[in-house]
Amino acid sequence: MKPRADRMRHRLTATKGGSRLPRGLRVVRLPRGLRTRLLVAFLLTAVFGAVLTAGFTFQRARSAILDRAQQGAVADLRAQLDSLAPGLTVPPAAADLRALSLQLDQAGGAHTWHSGAAYRDGPLVSASATAPPVPRQLRQAVRRDHRAVYQRFEHDGLPWLAVAMPVRYATASPSSDATDPPTAPGDPTGAGTDASGTSASDTSASGTSASGDTSAAGNEADSGDTETSGDATASAKATASGGAAAIGDAAATGDAAASGLTVYVSFPLDDAEADIAALLTAAETGAVPALVLALVPALFAARSVLRPVRRLHHGAERIAAGELDTRLDAQGHDELAALTRSFNTMAATLEKDAAELRRMEAGARRFAADVAHELRTPLAAMTAVTEVLDEDAASGTLPPDTADAVRLISDETRTLARMVEDLMEVSRFDARTAPLRPEHVDLRTLIAKSLRLRGWDGDERVTVDLAGPVPIRADPRRIDVVLANLVGNALRHARPPVVVRARAERDRAVLTVADHGPGIPVHALPHVFDRFYKADAARVRSEGSGLGLALARENALLHTGTLTAANAPHGGAVFTLTLPLAPSPPERP
Amino acid sequence: MPRVLLIEDDLAVQKGVTLALRRRGHEVEVAASGETGLLALERLRPDLVLLDLMLPGMSGLEVCRRIRESKQVPIIILSARGDDIDMVVGLEAGADDYIVKPAGPEVLEARIKAVLRRVAPAQGEHGAGPAASGAERYGDLTVDRTALIVTRGGTELPLAPSELKLLLFLSATPGQVYSRQQLLEQVWEHSFYGDARLVDACVMRLRGKIETDPRAPVYVQTVRGFGYRFGPLA
Repeated sequence: MKPRADRMRHRLTATKGGSRLPRGLRVVRLPRGLRTRLLVAFLLTAVFGAVLTAGFTFQRARSAILDRAQQGAVADLRAQLDSLAPGLTVPPAAADLRALSLQLDQAGGAHTWHSGAAYRDGPLVSASATAPPVPRQLRQAVRRDHRAVYQRFEHDGLPWLAVAMPVRYATASPSSDATDPPTAPGDPTGAGTDASGTSASDTSASGTSASGDTSAAGNEADSGDTETSGDATASAKATASGGAAAIGDAAATGDAAASGLTVYVSFPLDDAEADIAALLTAAETGAVPALVLALVPALFAARSVLRPVRRLHHGAERIAAGELDTRLDAQGHDELAALTRSFNTMAATLEKDAAELRRMEAGARRFAADVAHELRTPLAAMTAVTEVLDEDAASGTLPPDTADAVRLISDETRTLARMVEDLMEVSRFDARTAPLRPEHVDLRTLIAKSLRLRGWDGDERVTVDLAGPVPIRADPRRIDVVLANLVGNALRHARPPVVVRARAERDRAVLTVADHGPGIPVHALPHVFDRFYKADAARVRSEGSGLGLALARENALLHTGTLTAANAPHGGAVFTLTLPLAPSPPERP
Repeated sequence: MPRVLLIEDDLAVQKGVTLALRRRGHEVEVAASGETGLLALERLRPDLVLLDLMLPGMSGLEVCRRIRESKQVPIIILSARGDDIDMVVGLEAGADDYIVKPAGPEVLEARIKAVLRRVAPAQGEHGAGPAASGAERYGDLTVDRTALIVTRGGTELPLAPSELKLLLFLSATPGQVYSRQQLLEQVWEHSFYGDARLVDACVMRLRGKIETDPRAPVYVQTVRGFGYRFGPLA
């Protein structure tokens, strides 16, 4: 079973592989899968049932076997005593006791018992060299109760049974027998047998076999009579005691009395113990296959539960991966089938909602694009004539106010045009349709071309610091957007010189644009790349669209690069663009 | 004075562009639809066509294709649509350049001048020498730099101005690899940040005309990741 559990854990770990748990955690984790839990539950149930059944059966069978052994021994002993007792003299000498013991040993029959006899508090006399083992409690009990008692005990590591049986005077004819010496044999046998007949059944009822615990059932009244009866009935016929019902009654009337003679036998319970051991073995050999068999329905149950669960798991994963058209097969009418149907309903709702969302999003995106596009056409007309306006405003032929107004319109038209372009670009980024067309270029080339294109190459406000080659794979137009925004921003908001620096640092191309202005207020630092963010609400509207830095960052991210803003220790803002360095600079003609 | 035919339905754009170009010394005729534009083309024989794509009736793309069927007049598309697919489709229809609205007059002027120049500026300086030697032969292809005529197997090929300029530029230095950006700068006179798809579309059109199998080109070859080169011929 162990390899099975191991394999289970193995499989479980394999399934868990998908989850994003730290590896170390997974190793110490106990198997908690449904399959394991089901198996364990089934096994525990089977173990519990088997143990309970076997325990009860064992308990019952054991007490039945032991009871039978005890009853047999008590009945045998009584029968022997019934036949031997009449021949005893009271009080007996040690030799008499030994002879009795010897006779009992010989007559043991089926029981290889050790017998012994004691008179009153005298020593236990046995036929054999060593006295039979008799627990002290047993002697005390029989002396107290004057009843046949037995006790189970351990001797030399083996279970033994000891029986103590006091001998009484016969009660059949107390008046006539009173004169009769107890030595008179033969006569009382009828009464003795009679008494034993009833006592046999009675003893079994009164004797309990609580292991190691002596128990005796008898009349309390008896105990008080011991002395007197012993004396008074010197001539009475002895008989085996134990007929609780019959003798008890007689004792109550003072008719029967103890002779003071008690016979003990003890013998090992080997046979009975062997029977019990066999029973235990049978229970064990039955229980283990039962446990193994319990695994089979457990595995089946686990399978039937786990298969739909696994299907649901895969289905949920597919949904999570975006396959919203995932539907599962829902057969059966159990709770898992209901769950599967709910899953399908959920997936359908999700799919519908997602489609609706996509439709709305596409609509919104199209609207933004349409707005920008519709703005483009009138802007195209306006932009085309800005030059005419500029020329005429500068010509001096217009009244000064008109010239100013014309210039204003011309400037704002250009701003508006740029803003519309930026908006369209932003909507492309939002729609993730901004195309990246990377080429192998040197960042230094890009910088030089960008600056020249904007007339900043000869500008003393812009300092360029370029060292070794900085090969990158980038979309030149997008890097130009970043550069133009950073340098333009620095020129507008800060004091020159603006320093543009490019270096290859390990696997990154690093471009910094530093200015000598007041820097960026700390509270504004996290927001400089936000759309339409103005660091100072009171600041006059710049000629930028308010989207420049946001677009610059989007462009950097599109290249899997970064764009960050910070303040230099000696003042001034520093914008840093990093891009992945190309593996090797391309051949350039 | 270059004569420009502007095919544009929007009145404001018509007026604005006309004003701007006239101020810069161009002669401008306006057609408000594709159909009238095609008629005006026959009548006026302009040096250049400025074409809007979104026209009522016949679309700008259709107009472009119709013009290319018979004429090699330079065509510049002037469109409010700046998305990839519009640009690619417009260029494949045979346009030589593509300007996204709104564009200032300086941009219009620069593009018009570039398209009207018959040879690339780099060749105007360095290419003068070999051009004097007359026709050059490359396999089936004959390139006459003086007459600006390209023939394949003796038949003159109708090349659009941008196609011709590209072929002349590339074949001047066979085997030399040029990046798209370089070609944009040299052939189209765009800034370094021009749109490289212009080059790709033109190369495709050129291959369709000069190559036996445009999918396995021998004259204008792609150097993956870097650009294009002329030859080498096997």
